[in-house]
Amino acid sequence: MQVSVSINGVEHSRDIEPRTLLVHFIRDDLQMRGTHWGCDTSNCGACTVWVDGAPVKSCTMLAVQAEGSEVTTVEGLAKDGGLDPIQEGFTECHGLQCGYCTPGMMMTGRWLVDQNPNITREEIREGISGNICRCTGYKNILDAIEYARDHANSEVSA
Amino acid sequence: MTAVEEVPTSAAGNPIGFGRMVRKEDVRFVRGEGNYVDDVNLPGMLHGAILRSPFAHAKINSIDTSAALELPGVVAVVTGKDLEGLGLAWMPTLSYDTQAVLATDKVRFQGQEVAFVIAESRYIARDALELIDVDYDPLPVVADAKKALDPGAPIIRDDKEGKTDNIVYEKWEAGDEAATDAAFAGADVVVTQEILYPRVHPSPMETCGSVAHMDPVTGKLILWTTTQAPHAHRTVYALVAGLPEHKIQVISPDVGGGFGNKVPIYPGYVLSIVGSIVAKRPVKWMEDRSENLMSTGFARDYHMTTSIASTKEGKIVGVKVDVLADHGAFNGVAQPTNYPAGFFSIFSGSYDYPAAYCKVKAVYTNKAPGGVAYACSFRITEAVYAIERIVDCLAAELKMDPAELRLKNLLRPEQFPYKSPTGWEYDSGEYEKTMKVAMDMVGYDELRKEQAEKRAKGEYMGIGISFFTEGVGAGPRKHMDILGLGMADGCDLRVHPTGKAQIRLSVQTQGQGHETTFAQIVSHELGIPPEDIEVIHGDTDNTPFGLGTYGSRSTPVSGAAAALVARKVRDRARIVAAAALECAPDDLEWELGRWFVKGDPERGKTIQEIAMAAHGSLELPEGVEGHLDAQVVYNPPDLTYPYGCYICVVDVDPGTGQVKVRRFVAVDDCGTRINPMIVEGQVHGGLADGVGMALMELIAFDEDGNNLGGSFMDYLLPTSMECPDWELGETVTPSPHHPIGAKGVGESATVGSPAAVVNAVIDAIAPFGVRHADMPLTPANVWRAIQGNPIRTDMAVE
Repeated sequence: MQVSVSINGVEHSRDIEPRTLLVHFIRDDLQMRGTHWGCDTSNCGACTVWVDGAPVKSCTMLAVQAEGSEVTTVEGLAKDGGLDPIQEGFTECHGLQCGYCTPGMMMTGRWLVDQNPNITREEIREGISGNICRCTGYKNILDAIEYARDHANSEVSA
Repeated sequence: MTAVEEVPTSAAGNPIGFGRMVRKEDVRFVRGEGNYVDDVNLPGMLHGAILRSPFAHAKINSIDTSAALELPGVVAVVTGKDLEGLGLAWMPTLSYDTQAVLATDKVRFQGQEVAFVIAESRYIARDALELIDVDYDPLPVVADAKKALDPGAPIIRDDKEGKTDNIVYEKWEAGDEAATDAAFAGADVVVTQEILYPRVHPSPMETCGSVAHMDPVTGKLILWTTTQAPHAHRTVYALVAGLPEHKIQVISPDVGGGFGNKVPIYPGYVLSIVGSIVAKRPVKWMEDRSENLMSTGFARDYHMTTSIASTKEGKIVGVKVDVLADHGAFNGVAQPTNYPAGFFSIFSGSYDYPAAYCKVKAVYTNKAPGGVAYACSFRITEAVYAIERIVDCLAAELKMDPAELRLKNLLRPEQFPYKSPTGWEYDSGEYEKTMKVAMDMVGYDELRKEQAEKRAKGEYMGIGISFFTEGVGAGPRKHMDILGLGMADGCDLRVHPTGKAQIRLSVQTQGQGHETTFAQIVSHELGIPPEDIEVIHGDTDNTPFGLGTYGSRSTPVSGAAAALVARKVRDRARIVAAAALECAPDDLEWELGRWFVKGDPERGKTIQEIAMAAHGSLELPEGVEGHLDAQVVYNPPDLTYPYGCYICVVDVDPGTGQVKVRRFVAVDDCGTRINPMIVEGQVHGGLADGVGMALMELIAFDEDGNNLGGSFMDYLLPTSMECPDWELGETVTPSPHHPIGAKGVGESATVGSPAAVVNAVIDAIAPFGVRHADMPLTPANVWRAIQGNPIRTDMAVE
């Protein structure tokens, strides 16, 4: 069946099997490989994208459910060639090692900061508890999201 | 406390040499531009899927693939019978055992590979699995290692001619049994504890997979695969499949975590190759999470009866361990050949006593194969857990503070190099200093006071210590190899005319940051800014031979190779500089990035100027080739011995058994730190592993051999909620025999931390009379331990 989804501001229309998962639509049909897949059971969060501004685990959503929606993936974070504060934060704070959970983690992290510009470390800790990282032990990820909070806010106020 | 010397900074703001710098590889990862195996898509590529056994032990009567073959989009279905015709139904494991690629006679564990479907899409391939009809006769199951040797136990490996029991190996021993028995006989105190290190799983976030492309015209196989050891895999494929090795290119692109899970060769990799040959098109196989958890390399599964003997004053006189090792249905352990129990025999630990002895017996069970994985440093994880747990049991018996007991027994600096009672030679260490740094950081004495006050109020906090020593960097060729392949690492360095460089490594990264740290090693030796050095790895056509990344061996082995190849270039540069400056090489002196004339520092040539001269028309002395390239093979003289002291503080709710890790202090001594930021990241990750294994992670089985940890709903990984903000410290005792004094750190925290967490929990609930409970210390398990009835964690039995 035909499905039309806007990804990072670009409209994509494809003829797909109705059962196609959103993560496979993004990765296989559209060949956007930044969104990863890790578990099938909504536990790991590697596949997190935003659908109409809210983080969603794209392995447990059908592509057709995103019909007409605005989807944002990791490829949509950087603007005008520069890195988003969340991307800067992960780099500066060594918030990633193998990089596999990173896109999903950044999508959740950036959303948390957007929701609450004054978010505390403990609120971030709870906010990313649905995203699993096997490499970093999370401390530097919390640092990275705090970095994004501080720098995203300074951008806004500037 | 920091040993990072002040180094100059490059134009890009990076240290020219060692020091903190952000990782060069990060820019592609944060932009979503990593290139993992599942990101590889080739024209005409097909998708493979594996049908797996629902039974742990069953005879296969027949396999009917006709309905699957009729499904539109299915290209082929391969069974064990088809592979038999090609001589590929069985493959060698890394421990000289054999493993079924696809089952022919019977299945031996739940999740075993039975058939392989090749189809136009991943969805069609999965649909076709449902249409394959396998007729099984279930057989009695051995899921409990302790019952594997019972008379009348079903024989699992009846494929092996004449096999009449389930023994993998009867006895592997280390140390002096008679001397240890004598030490025990003369001891004031002996404590014995059954200690289980249950089966866990590395579970990298990226599962295992491969894309095989056998070019039907050239006969060249290109395999993109999730491997930690591309060169070793290439050789094994050549030996197994009879493919010519020079026509095999193994590419390990970005790998989403390894932790030992991606060291073995799995049937799926072989099947993708077979599929590509059969279909004459590229074939991708990516396992799903349940397949990863149920069929790929697990870790541990060691039943360790551990005994310690001491004087009444707490001076340890001997330790012995009797191990029953569960290897699953096939012995798929990766270990240096002479050590079937890996490096378990380092169990005597960080203490000074003369007598130690271990014996290990290994059995087959109807469980998935594997055993050495999950950042275990070839089973040093099990060894450290056994010694650090039994030392705490001894402290409880002696009613002595566990810190005091350790300080009384730690090896002293003047004893290094120290020959351990089981034959290891520890290179260097200042153990007491490291332990005191940890105790000061955590505020040990204050915590003990707080604990006493809380206990008086009926609140239960615990403080757990672990002191570990690892031997890493396998290993010297004279006594270490894997399948006959010596464990030396090659390394090539090319300095281009403009002074930019490329270094080619035989090791591979799964997130350890090699693209940054190896550039820093070259930078340290040659003064070339790290941003001007490209690290090339993970592609057998473009890198020298070596055995790959596991066992914390990259820095100890390839890191040494990188330093030595750079020194070779530096020596060559001296000759070129001398020719350019019209002096003798001996007249020149090196400062970072430059050779200059002794006594005339103005007269000199930078490494960049020398590089251009080496490629130019400058006349060089006879016998000196042009260019500025070099290669080395590094055969380590011995292992390196990183160590550390970890202290964990927990709060336990005795009503629910819930454990909260309040603080975790980790002081590591891994010798020289190339990039302290990356070292700390490695430690953080390992500490999370330790909390996970101690409190949550478990692959248990029921008596029918059903895997009870087959998804992330059941196999619980630590999240941000379970992990405190790690508090790290360091001491630096360089390895005397490593060119830059580095010891390796990739697995230290995974090896050292589980005992600290468990010791803390047991310390918290000691007032209830608890001396030991097995991992994972889930709320139910802790609660049951408090009631005096701890759970046997590895089996779903009462």
